[in-house]
Amino acid sequence: MPTSSLIVLDAVCKRYETAAGPVSVLRDIDLAVGTGESVAIMGPSGSGKSTLMNILGCLDVASSGRYLLDGQDVAGLDHDQRAHLRNRVIGFVFQGFNLLPRISLLDNVALPLLYASVPERERRRRAQESLQRVGLGGFEAYLPSRVSGGQQQRVAIARALVSGPRLILADEPTGNLDTQTSHEIMTLFMGLNAADGITLVLVTHEQDIADFTHRHVLLVDGRIAADHLLGEATAARVSP
Amino acid sequence: MITPLLGEAWDSMHANRMRSVLTMLGMVIGVAAVILMVAIGQGAQQSVNASIQSMGSNLFIVLSGSATTGGLRMGMGAAPTLTTGDAEAIATLPAVAAVAPLQPGTAQVVYGASNWSTMIAGTTPDALVVRDWPVARGAAFSASDVRAAAKVALLGTTVVANLFGDQDPVGKTIRIKQSPFVVVGVLASKGQSLNGQDQDDTILIPVTTAQRKLFGSQFPGTVRLIMVQARSAALMPQAQSEMTALLRQRHHLPSRADNDFDIRNLTAMASAAAQTTRVMSFMLGAIASVSLLVGGIGIMNIMLVSVTERTREIGIRMAIGARRRDILRQFLLEAVLLSLIGCFVGALCGIGGAVAVHYLARSVVVITLSSVLLAFGLASTVGMFFGYYPARRAATMQPVEALRHE
Repeated sequence: MPTSSLIVLDAVCKRYETAAGPVSVLRDIDLAVGTGESVAIMGPSGSGKSTLMNILGCLDVASSGRYLLDGQDVAGLDHDQRAHLRNRVIGFVFQGFNLLPRISLLDNVALPLLYASVPERERRRRAQESLQRVGLGGFEAYLPSRVSGGQQQRVAIARALVSGPRLILADEPTGNLDTQTSHEIMTLFMGLNAADGITLVLVTHEQDIADFTHRHVLLVDGRIAADHLLGEATAARVSP
Repeated sequence: MITPLLGEAWDSMHANRMRSVLTMLGMVIGVAAVILMVAIGQGAQQSVNASIQSMGSNLFIVLSGSATTGGLRMGMGAAPTLTTGDAEAIATLPAVAAVAPLQPGTAQVVYGASNWSTMIAGTTPDALVVRDWPVARGAAFSASDVRAAAKVALLGTTVVANLFGDQDPVGKTIRIKQSPFVVVGVLASKGQSLNGQDQDDTILIPVTTAQRKLFGSQFPGTVRLIMVQARSAALMPQAQSEMTALLRQRHHLPSRADNDFDIRNLTAMASAAAQTTRVMSFMLGAIASVSLLVGGIGIMNIMLVSVTERTREIGIRMAIGARRRDILRQFLLEAVLLSLIGCFVGALCGIGGAVAVHYLARSVVVITLSSVLLAFGLASTVGMFFGYYPARRAATMQPVEALRHE
């Protein structure tokens, strides 16, 4: 069990005002994730998984409660400071890959560094490194539409990795991929988790995907219904 | 930071080529219109100014008054009330710098086998001072030529061209109404007057010669008009009142009688003409600027479409760490790039159009660096101004909502 907590959620709620009245998507979420952990958040559709991920990723803010990321209260931050966290601390991986279609894979990977004002030469070098790490060395000049879904997701992971984040958030990263590719992607994730100690939080429907991780959190109707730490047997699948 | 953004802005314009080109077209037309209109306006101003310059400065014309003959009122200048004596008297006034009487007439001029009908102006050497008119070749006739009513002539360049071709006319003898005149000099070219007359199509001779030998009159010593130059622009009102008093006295007019002469301030008329052209020039520019404004609205329209279309892209950029100002800068840069490229093409079109107007309509156009800079400045301001609202809309999107957008 890791000692320090990278993520601490304390009674986090998220409500939306709708025409039919307020709807609570998240209710009193208490969750602590330590550095180096790998967590799968599971649950039926509409249970608030994605909303939770958006709050964790500083893309959205909680209606109430506290969110400490690396000890810092996110609620007190302004737009620029949250952008800074998304840029340096968090790497986001989406179900739909979300690469920019008009620019090359290398430029896609280098994009976060652009917003970090890294000089051009350095950007290219680090983006290249990152692409090699996900096994796509040599694909730098391709446009996203030229490579497969699995490869696009690898590029997205390379993009998430490029600024050296401490936390990777993946919202159904394998939802658009076949089983074999899904497992390859998960192996990649778990390798990063094991080798670099990058904390991994992912949302998934699928048990076999969740089984790659060390910890399963079940969300039902916006509440945490179960939180299991798994044994070494499951975790051993990381590097067979 | 700017260079890669510039590349991205270019890529995005390139991806929507047709749309970008059509959007730019608005700017192209606007900028071309501004440059062309300013060029035409300034050209008009310049030709008016050149004409004013050629007229001489601080100038009055004194005309003899109207005559009434048997109830029939003739026009101004019909009554032969002004004399060379009046002119000499005016010349002694303190506010007056130079005076030249003018007795004009039209006559056929012959040299060898060529002949030409032109305006013959009887005057004094001071006419060249008043009209600010240098002699190009030879010399002006002298005051003693005037006293002696000598048969000497100063030719305008148009007359020279028609009678002599390429020959040097100085020293040659021409015939005006059968009388021989020696050509003593050639006037420098002055070009068109304000009302479009060729000022070089004229011959200057001593006023006495014109009165006595060329255009006989039943009123000896009278002249049609007197040109008067005041010492300065500030002294013009003084010169006018001095002249009025002097002429009334010389003509023995009782205090209740109207003036039998008319003093016209040519400089005031000329500056009114210049003022008119300036206003016209400004109006042309203003109207053209409206099309620039329309071009700007076109840019705003397209940028709004672009922002909506790329909502998801904006979401992705925000998710990986773009700040609001990064997004703002990106879209603003795109709008400014659109307008600047449009402006560049428009400037070329405008300059091309001005050159075409110059050659086709034979009118003066003036393209100044400042008008081009003005157009560029306006275009980038328009780009900024109309690009700001869409860019701001992009920058203030909520990342979650932008990402959810399909």
